[in-house]
Amino acid sequence: MLEVVEGALNTNALYGAWSKLCVEQNLGALCVFSGFVRPEEGLEGLSFEVFMPLFEAWFGTWQERAKAQGVYLCLAHSKGDVLVGQGSYMTGLMGAHRQKALELYAPFIEDFKHNAPIYKYDLRNGQKIYAKDRSHPLKGSGLLQ
Amino acid sequence: MVSVRFLGPIKEESLELDIANLKDLRAILHEKAQIKPWLAMSAVAINGVLVEDANTPLKAGDEVVILPPVCGG
Repeated sequence: MLEVVEGALNTNALYGAWSKLCVEQNLGALCVFSGFVRPEEGLEGLSFEVFMPLFEAWFGTWQERAKAQGVYLCLAHSKGDVLVGQGSYMTGLMGAHRQKALELYAPFIEDFKHNAPIYKYDLRNGQKIYAKDRSHPLKGSGLLQ
Repeated sequence: MVSVRFLGPIKEESLELDIANLKDLRAILHEKAQIKPWLAMSAVAINGVLVEDANTPLKAGDEVVILPPVCGG
């Protein structure tokens, strides 16, 4: 399940929905990771843009990979503005037992950081500044250089 | 015509171009001072799929998207 929502995530509601799904699917383990916007050096918030066709394809590939391990993935991300203290990213890995879900936990979250087609901007002094130094080039970058 | 769209921080209007492949696109984009600095760090998607071959052909109706570096979370 992939969800992109406008503004901050309702992490409590997401956890409730995903844990319910876990029980309904007779799965015994739900490993959750959440990302929140930190108050650092005058940061007022973050802003995100998402390129959905590629995001859905990236997630679909991971869902298939996880399914082969008996794991079901949920991911929710914000678009638009998310203020300090609010959640912008949440993922849940569900499995019959914790082992397979935990094996995929770090690789899935890390790959998200490097390959999910999302643009992040810092919100400072009413300005939206591209987080270039924290961004990662996608596979095949430089093809037109 | 092939449409070309620029994502994220590349603040450039979309283009409609009569081109046959990515090499044609490369030549056109290198002439645009605003876009050229992004090319070395940007990926290319055709109809929502990342491509890695500069010889990839294009046909009328294709959508090319230029994707600079990403950072979710």
